[in-house]
Amino acid sequence: MINTDNMDDIIKFKIDGKICTARRGQYIVEAAADNGIFIPTLCNIPGLKPKGACRICTIMVDGRPTTACTKPVFDGIEIENDTEEIHNIRKSIVELLFAQGNHFCPSCEKSGNCMLQALAYRYQMMVPRFPYAFPVKEVDASHPKIIKDQNRCILCKRCIRAIKDENGKSVFAFKKRGKDLSVVVDPELGSKLTDELAAKAMEICPVGSIILKEKGFDVPIGKRTYDNIPIGSEIENLNK
Amino acid sequence: MDAKVQEIIEKYNKDKSRLMDILIDIQSEIGYISKESVIQIAEQIDISRVDVEQTMSFYHFFTHTSPGKYSIFLNNSVVADMMGREGVRDTFEKEAGCKFGEVTEDGLIGLFDTACIGMNDQEPAAIINNIVFTKLTPFRVREIIRDIKAGKSVSDLFMESYYGGGMNSSDKLRAMVTNNIRKVGPILSRNYVSGTVIKEKLPQMSAEDVINEVKDSGIRGRGGAGFPTGLKWEFCRKAKGDKHYILCNADEGEPGTFKDRVILTEFPELLFEGIAVAAYAIGATEGLLYLRYEYKYMEDYLEDVLHKARANNLLGKNIGGITGFDFDIRIQFGAGAYVCGEESALIESAEGKRGEPRDRPPFPVEKGYLDQPTVINNVETLITTVKILNFGSEWYKSFGTKDSTGTKVLSISGDCKFPGIYEVEWGFSIRDMLDMVGASEVQAVQVGGPSGSLISPKDFDRVLCYSDLSTGGSMIIISDYRDILKDIVLNFMEFFIDESCGSCSTCREIPVIMTEKLKNIINGKGITKDIDDLLEWGELLKVSRCGLGHTAGNPILSSIKNFRHIYDEKVIRDLDYISEFDLKKATKESCDYVGRIPNI
Repeated sequence: MINTDNMDDIIKFKIDGKICTARRGQYIVEAAADNGIFIPTLCNIPGLKPKGACRICTIMVDGRPTTACTKPVFDGIEIENDTEEIHNIRKSIVELLFAQGNHFCPSCEKSGNCMLQALAYRYQMMVPRFPYAFPVKEVDASHPKIIKDQNRCILCKRCIRAIKDENGKSVFAFKKRGKDLSVVVDPELGSKLTDELAAKAMEICPVGSIILKEKGFDVPIGKRTYDNIPIGSEIENLNK
Repeated sequence: MDAKVQEIIEKYNKDKSRLMDILIDIQSEIGYISKESVIQIAEQIDISRVDVEQTMSFYHFFTHTSPGKYSIFLNNSVVADMMGREGVRDTFEKEAGCKFGEVTEDGLIGLFDTACIGMNDQEPAAIINNIVFTKLTPFRVREIIRDIKAGKSVSDLFMESYYGGGMNSSDKLRAMVTNNIRKVGPILSRNYVSGTVIKEKLPQMSAEDVINEVKDSGIRGRGGAGFPTGLKWEFCRKAKGDKHYILCNADEGEPGTFKDRVILTEFPELLFEGIAVAAYAIGATEGLLYLRYEYKYMEDYLEDVLHKARANNLLGKNIGGITGFDFDIRIQFGAGAYVCGEESALIESAEGKRGEPRDRPPFPVEKGYLDQPTVINNVETLITTVKILNFGSEWYKSFGTKDSTGTKVLSISGDCKFPGIYEVEWGFSIRDMLDMVGASEVQAVQVGGPSGSLISPKDFDRVLCYSDLSTGGSMIIISDYRDILKDIVLNFMEFFIDESCGSCSTCREIPVIMTEKLKNIINGKGITKDIDDLLEWGELLKVSRCGLGHTAGNPILSSIKNFRHIYDEKVIRDLDYISEFDLKKATKESCDYVGRIPNI
């Protein structure tokens, strides 16, 4: 739970009727986690300014949908999280991302470490309700350290926000908009990417869209992060 | 290194928050933004190339290669279609010798589709090298292409007799656009000498007095969202910041709205006064008019009005003789993106970035342009506040209804005798509106543009006001003989697909999937379950970040709600599943090759 010397900064709020405490100004998704309640995220990176791109952390406040990664908690806020409606929204978003990309888990280097795959298991996705789009996307292998596989990109913006070179310049950025949107690599900075930053980029990607070149598997499928413990369980086991 | 590009970059002090201006100037002065220019900009303003590209590729009017010496952007809105766009389009292709989306081999002519350009009352219309050509016919197109091939300049493509009325015919504007002001109320009436409020009222009023008068009038944002204007000003004034900003939203991109075009043409002095009044109220020293690129033809004219306002002490230092009231306005152009009409996307764009809406909180009144407290008001809202301060809030409240005070300027187009702008009091019924504009045999009215709702005759006694039919003023009238799904709904859905910023998973993907289903239904391949799917999937859009996302399914959702029978008639009932797989088509190539007749 929360440790702080200044109790004035502790506020009380409710998630699905359960009384929780948090530090004033904490984002809801983090405050919930501190109280043992898991709210799924794909685009969120703790410590970085949130973007609210994937919408999977949608919760209801006063009957209106909002994203838990972008909204700070305040005293007395009442949040709906574990309802049938929200479950359905989250499952729909997972299905949507599967249907609109080309995600073949068995052949993916990230299998077992992939948040999208892990959430699909959590929400018990069988077949997406949406028709598969089978989009034709490219694999950009022109950079010395990494491969950018657009088939698997869920456009969450994590790499764009987290990976900057030593001068703070963007290595990744969006290109175009709407259905033509993609995340591209800066040709110049991509060619100068350090091993360290390349590894960080692969790690920060919640799916398998950024893959290190000339690198095998350290951990076999079956023994990876979400193979060991289902996504969300580490938070939900907090209070047990 | 290109000297011209360098000059433009330096004109904006290598400031990355002015990237939009840099790109706009390069595009309009050189004709396109080459990959080399992108590298030069990136190096000079010290950001990576992909960051320049991500802004550039967001906007419709930026191109890496020349869009033709004469670039023709033909509006593809619903009303353009109604008024004969197809014939115009075909003639352009035939006469120019290239398809839409292409440039002729000699680089002379480029043909492109573009979303509503704010000329719905005089369609079909196109923008050729930033100049608007209205009421196009196949004959006019043949003339235009003939003259282009003969080497005439764009301004010589039309004769003086083509100038529209009012200020459109003035020296600085010289546009063939017509105003079509058909009903004048207290706001559009010429009952006011510009500058009066600044010179005679403000000296006796504190900022709080101004805010209270506006609050008391009950006016709400006229862009469509309807937030109380006085309250917005008050929040902003009270918010702490190094500087406060007022931004005027003149990015009217909702298909079917064109009222701001007319206000900007006929009442720019009133608008700039309104921006200054808002600045006085919130304590701003700098204001921006965020103007859609489609209205680039007004640039010289509006700059001239600003110049005169400075000369008359209505902008600049100690405005109206009020010590310390220093304020000025600059024009910030957009570059073709509907979503930039959303206020936080507008701010992002004005800062030189992609027009992606921001998450709220924080709201712009706390943290807006350059992270400072910012008010964003619609054009119509701002001119109205000047009249409110001049005549008083009681006068203003004598118009409209109790909870929707004042008037609304409507942009009415589609199947009617007299398209144009009409200022009506809130509380006006749709039936009266249809009689007013000369519309008969009306099947439906699109209230509030594609993001609004499609209503049927059973709703024609409903009235325009915030508690019933709330609207930013776009009214598209649809006659009996139109095919609602094919002519209207499909066009609107394609518009939303083109204009989504793509940031939210829902708004990026759901409209695409819904539109595929809609096409199946239109082509007679839909089943009853498809209608239920559309309703269910459309619901998901409500979790999107901004208004565009929330409403991107409305064309389908509201047409199912009010015209369910059309869908029911088109779908195949009593069928649980329809295979989209066509065996004959799939095996055609191999059958042709081996000369076999498929045994199906």
